[in-house]
Amino acid sequence: MGHRPALSDERMEYIMGRLLQAGVLLASVVVLTGGILFVWSHFGKVADYRNFSGAPAELRSISGLLHLLRIGDATAIVQIGVLLLIATPIARVVFAVVGFALEQNKLYVVVSLTVLAVLMISLFGFA
Amino acid sequence: MALSDVVCLGFCYQSLATLPVLLFTLLVFAGSFAAGLLGALTGLGGGVVLVPLLTIVFHVDIRYAIGASLISVIATSSGAAAAYVREGFSNVRIGMFLEIATTIGAIFGAFLATRTPTRALAIIFGLVLLYSAWLSWRQTRCKEHLAEGSRWSDRLQLSGTYPDGHGGKQSYRVDRIAGGFATMFGAGTLSGLLGIGSGAVKVLAMDQIMRIPFKVSTTTSNFMIGVTAAASAGIYLHRGYVEPGLAFPVMLGVLAGSLLGAKVLVRAKVSLLRGIFTVVILALGVEMILNGLIGRM
Repeated sequence: MGHRPALSDERMEYIMGRLLQAGVLLASVVVLTGGILFVWSHFGKVADYRNFSGAPAELRSISGLLHLLRIGDATAIVQIGVLLLIATPIARVVFAVVGFALEQNKLYVVVSLTVLAVLMISLFGFA
Repeated sequence: MALSDVVCLGFCYQSLATLPVLLFTLLVFAGSFAAGLLGALTGLGGGVVLVPLLTIVFHVDIRYAIGASLISVIATSSGAAAAYVREGFSNVRIGMFLEIATTIGAIFGAFLATRTPTRALAIIFGLVLLYSAWLSWRQTRCKEHLAEGSRWSDRLQLSGTYPDGHGGKQSYRVDRIAGGFATMFGAGTLSGLLGIGSGAVKVLAMDQIMRIPFKVSTTTSNFMIGVTAAASAGIYLHRGYVEPGLAFPVMLGVLAGSLLGAKVLVRAKVSLLRGIFTVVILALGVEMILNGLIGRM
């Protein structure tokens, strides 16, 4: 085995860009699938978002989402796509932690971990 | 006659609020596509016209509108990332360092959004639109002078290089880091409060305050927008701001529009378009403020 050169910032950014693109593509396919099913199942109904009542409680928790998915609910599929989309920039930060660790850049491992911690607090800290 | 009647050329009437689902979805998709396209072509971002479009034209509650807008912001930021990376201008360390400020700001902003009356949200949004229009107006950029940089630029490993276009590399250092960091906190707050990318404020912080080269600022800002928006998205989801039936045509429309916009950007005559778009933003800003003042939001 030859010596593997340390990961450079440029290489890291290139992989990050690809990662983000793939994530968005996947999320878009899921959202589109759910969206078409949504329009199909709500055909003939009226769209009304004038008054705010908040998205249904089941769409806001993972357990509720999984339950809705089992019964083939279209809005739940869209919501899964939205979660995948939110996951793409987060995956980018996770990748940065790994990348900086491979570069043995301690300062930026700490910086990336801090950003990751803030993101996690936002996602799971207000449940 | 209300300004909204002028803006939508008389074809939007009250019944746009209660359309059949299929028609509503198609119209929202078309509107979001146009917003994404114009946003990419003019460099002003699609998010800033999306919320006024949904609230003024489609009579959507502003909380659902900012929820859908925020999701589309993540999509465009991540979708454009690969193209930006190829150019080799973005600086991953500057981005990551400043994301500490923007993500904390975003949580603060999303938290504020849930406690701010919708009328006040509309007025703040209107002011941001007026500011964007003003920024776009005085686009005449002054000549770039490279910063000497503070000693913290090297200590925090923020100094970098970018391709100078002649096969070589131009190195740069970063100035006034504390001021830039604080402004980034503000950009994050605005993003979380209004569901926008606030790319203009991010570029302002990097380009004007930290004196980072313009091209490095804009490309790095694009990366930061997605991470910043992800920080407030969690709170929006918990509060039920993301309504799937509305979010899906908005997200797909803005994404498709902005990707197309980025493709044709090199061939398009941008200056006229930019002028028109600036006037539209100005009109929407006035309308949002008026709606907020008379309590129609």
